[in-house]
Amino acid sequence: MIEMRLVSKRCGIINPLSIDDYQKADGYETFRKALARDKIKLIEEIEKSALRGRGGAGFPVHLKIMGLAKETGPVKYVICNADEGEPGNFKDRYLMENDPHAIIEGMLITAYMASATKGFIYIRGEYNHAYNTLEWAIAEARRLKLLGDAILDTEFSFDIELRSGGGSYVCGEEFALIESIEGKPGRTRVKPPFPTQKGLYGLPTLINNVETFATIPLIIKMGGKAYARIGTKSSTGTKLISLSGNVNEKGVFEIPFGVTIRQVIEELGHGVANGRKLKMVQLGGACGPIIPEYMLDMMIDFERFEEFESKTGAGAIIVIDDRFDIFDILMNVVGFFEHESCGKCTPCREGHQQLRIILQKFIDKTAGVKDLVSLESLARVMHQTSLCGLGQTSPTAIISTLRYFRDDYIDRMDSLIL
Amino acid sequence: MSLESILSKFTKAETNLLEILLQYQETKTDHAITEAEVGQIAAYLGVTETKVASVISFYTLLSMKPKGRYVIQVCKNIPCFVNEQTAITRTLEKILGIHAGETTANNLFTLEYTSCLGCCDNAPAMRIDGKIYANLTPDKVKAIISEYRGRSS
Ligand SMILES: Cc1cc2nc3c(=O)[nH]c(=O)nc-3n(C[C@H](O)[C@H](O)[C@H](O)COP(=O)(O)O)c2cc1C
Ligand code: SF4
Ligand code: FES
Repeated sequence: MIEMRLVSKRCGIINPLSIDDYQKADGYETFRKALARDKIKLIEEIEKSALRGRGGAGFPVHLKIMGLAKETGPVKYVICNADEGEPGNFKDRYLMENDPHAIIEGMLITAYMASATKGFIYIRGEYNHAYNTLEWAIAEARRLKLLGDAILDTEFSFDIELRSGGGSYVCGEEFALIESIEGKPGRTRVKPPFPTQKGLYGLPTLINNVETFATIPLIIKMGGKAYARIGTKSSTGTKLISLSGNVNEKGVFEIPFGVTIRQVIEELGHGVANGRKLKMVQLGGACGPIIPEYMLDMMIDFERFEEFESKTGAGAIIVIDDRFDIFDILMNVVGFFEHESCGKCTPCREGHQQLRIILQKFIDKTAGVKDLVSLESLARVMHQTSLCGLGQTSPTAIISTLRYFRDDYIDRMDSLIL
Repeated sequence: MSLESILSKFTKAETNLLEILLQYQETKTDHAITEAEVGQIAAYLGVTETKVASVISFYTLLSMKPKGRYVIQVCKNIPCFVNEQTAITRTLEKILGIHAGETTANNLFTLEYTSCLGCCDNAPAMRIDGKIYANLTPDKVKAIISEYRGRSS
């Protein structure tokens, strides 16, 4: 069995609405113990664990916590990014709906380590059930004095406010998210300064993903070193995978890093649905690469995924069978990003429309060599010059298919056109 | 709930704008915020009306254009797309007699597309006024729509 349920061990087992159930399953025990421990020592445990962010980019978590801890000033924020707008990802929803207190506990431990005073959970507007579950969980935690002033009668105070998104994918980007919490349209800011220096309301702010926070109590409990023994050298621990598309068993699965994509599809997903053949797999979501069957023995590992230069690390695996052609998929992906672009910078605002026009030529079989070259260079320019991760990663599907499915492009070209 | 009573829950801080808009629109059966209401919110927070309108136009879930009583949002991202989503859209278009972006003549339904609803494991999926319907088939869709039609008569 390749599954390894650590972060998701309580999901589906305890009643998520019962704080007693959570506490009976050792919940909040790690936090209670952490309150008596040295903050720097706790951050060192995260460093030893080599935990990397689970929202896609894979940034080392201890660096951000340490960055926030070093900031002085009376108000510091911790934000949980629960915007999960990347198509094909549903693991954060799964955690929020099934084990909300683990996220709260992770935020509490993080806030304690970095001496933060106030927390926010920014949940996408479409996630009504997750919102209600967390709202209830926060109220329960307050009732037991696990949130609020003088938590458990110590000097540590911290509370969490829920914020709902307005249906905008780009608001998952950290600065766009901050703008959105400030009540504005979610358009990103130029970095640096980074949020840990100047974030929400211009104050030091740490932003991490739902799964990242849910992993923190586990690491503090088992110790950073023990955690780092799970997974691979460059990617320690476990990862939640959102498996969808044309597979027999879809769902959220937790695996140690190092398992291959093929193992996930075959052993957990029980293979391609309806006995069909696999044509391609999109990794990470709409912003991720599309790979062919012969690459499925690739390990799930940040280092391996980095070559695609996208946010592949959020853990979506979308299986697509041979009824579909790459252009059906690419047009859908480009349409998504065209709709979600915030319009702040030119390469992204205008690029998607251009990409769509060129792709349409391949669909109509009127594309020539010139179009292949323009597609390639436009995708590169967008990747290199867009202001935020949306425009930088949206051409990944095109760049990857130009590499791995080049024949599909050639087949669609008109040999008489230059 | 009236706009006044929603406003009274919030301090007069500009940062409450999005939250006010989301909460207020939730109470409206036409899922839209009028110009007069934009003015009222702007005055309460001490910001310009343009500012309020710019926030409404940025966020997909907010609108100044009135919609039908029930807003049907069909997900069309890849995990749904490869699981027969187009058949779902076609069925809806046929039984409602409208295309995406339109409202039925009796103002009962508005049909829209949405980005991934996070239930790709139960694709294809749609949302009607916040409630998720998943593992859809054309027959299921027909039954759901007649149920909504029944509710309003
Ligand atoms: C367009 C865009 C959308 C994003 N959406 C999300 C999201 O929904 N959830 C998330 O955790 N991170 C998202 N991110 C990544 C965040 O900017 C940020 O890296 C992340 O929240 C950091 O948390 P982590 O280090 O724990 O992964 C997005 C980034 C971009 C550029
Ligand atoms: S890349 Fe796109 S989403 Fe990001 S800032 Fe530019 S226009 Fe906005
Ligand atoms: S793609 Fe439709 S719910 Fe995710």
